[in-house]
Amino acid sequence: MITIGVLGLQGAVEEHLNQIKAAGEQAIIVKKPEQLREIDGLIIPGGESTTMRKLMDRYGFMEPIKSFFEGKKPIFGTCAGMVLAAKELTGDEVAYLGLMDISVKRNGFGRQRESFEADLSIKGMEAPYKAVFIRAPFADEVGEGVEVLAVYEENVVAARQDHVLVSAFHPELTGDDRFLQLFIEMVKTSVIKAELKTC
Amino acid sequence: MEKLLGTDTVKRGMAQMQKGGVIMDVINAEQAKIAEASGAVAVMALERVPSDIRAAGGVARMADPRIVEEVMNAVSIPVMAKARIGHIVESRVLESMGVDYIDESEVLTPADEEYHILKSDFTVPFVCGCRDLGEAARRIGEGASMLRTKGEPGTGNIVEAVRHMRKVQSQIRKVSIMSDDELMTEAKNLGAPFEILREIKRTGKLPVVNFAAGGIATPADAALMMELGADGVFVGSGIFKSETPEKFASAIVQATTYFTDYELIGKLSKELGSAMKGIDISKLAPAERMQERGW
Repeated sequence: MITIGVLGLQGAVEEHLNQIKAAGEQAIIVKKPEQLREIDGLIIPGGESTTMRKLMDRYGFMEPIKSFFEGKKPIFGTCAGMVLAAKELTGDEVAYLGLMDISVKRNGFGRQRESFEADLSIKGMEAPYKAVFIRAPFADEVGEGVEVLAVYEENVVAARQDHVLVSAFHPELTGDDRFLQLFIEMVKTSVIKAELKTC
Repeated sequence: MEKLLGTDTVKRGMAQMQKGGVIMDVINAEQAKIAEASGAVAVMALERVPSDIRAAGGVARMADPRIVEEVMNAVSIPVMAKARIGHIVESRVLESMGVDYIDESEVLTPADEEYHILKSDFTVPFVCGCRDLGEAARRIGEGASMLRTKGEPGTGNIVEAVRHMRKVQSQIRKVSIMSDDELMTEAKNLGAPFEILREIKRTGKLPVVNFAAGGIATPADAALMMELGADGVFVGSGIFKSETPEKFASAIVQATTYFTDYELIGKLSKELGSAMKGIDISKLAPAERMQERGW
């Protein structure tokens, strides 16, 4: 069994935990940077990206998450997590973790009244995926190494680059765990790779 | 790829994204920026904070749209605003302005003493106050996507918020172990819609997020409400009526995130200066108790 950590500073933490446990894997809330050592993969959940970023600064998460990333351990950012993972933010905002070669527009789809649900077709998934977008961002530019997984109204709303996965929507708010399964696969692969290296 | 706006999932989900956070009352752009910088997850734009509404007396209404607009332009976090209980048009105006959440609030003078707004008719989500499970379930029945305790606003006294949070939690526990044939009588006694009560019994929790509000004045108050099971906190007068708003705002945010780190809360509380001046609830005449507004 693998252990997935959910960054627990603010936001939809419990929803992710429940989904991971329902999928039969171990889940912990990460509230302190040293807990990153105990996990095989990290989820940065939905919430308020501005708030999370301030709390991550205040509690010294920035560098530990970057070394977690450099250690090739998988990271999955949903909504706010996608904003934080981006290499660039559209407009005059300074990007944060810079883990994925995408440019993200915060609240790209608008304010709460423009929040919506829609069926998406996602690369590698057969049936449509019911996605929940809340004050959601999108990526308006993606780099060469980025694999686009889903597009809505011509904007990128899910993508993968090496061991980083992002979605502009909230897989944790629906009963459909196919996105989580995709991440679990990434984590399992990385655990096997790490074991081979130490052999 | 049809786009569905204003669904329950989208409205309730917005509140789920606020969990573990602090929502702060602000009356202008400057305060909104302080709140955002401190790590607030949202701000509530209003004309006066509850303690000033109390002091001013008269009729308290929805804030001047100019203030709401000013706040919306000043920050990138979500902006909430209050409408009077039952005031459909104030709510429609706020919705048309693009406010992210409406608080149908007892802090303002009610526009309707009999009926609350049918919130399921709106695209914008609503938060409402509650003192017990019956009131919570009635508001959910009308379409509220988020709840908060009523507490006693503008007093800086936590006792009523504690009472309301404990009451709701203990009633949820009671309902979850009840046998199916007892549930209709419980629905009648609580004045709660049966279907909603059944859902609460089945899942053991409310179907929407429940924050604490009404009297939170210190980091320890915020942490106490989290300890009692609140999903997050609203702070009204507690920040900008304190001696050092920046420090109070940031300390309350940290105490909410790390509500079981007592050493940290102690450290945060040391450097603060004085909190807002509080009011003893028993000194309030019944007519001055805002929590009695709505039903």
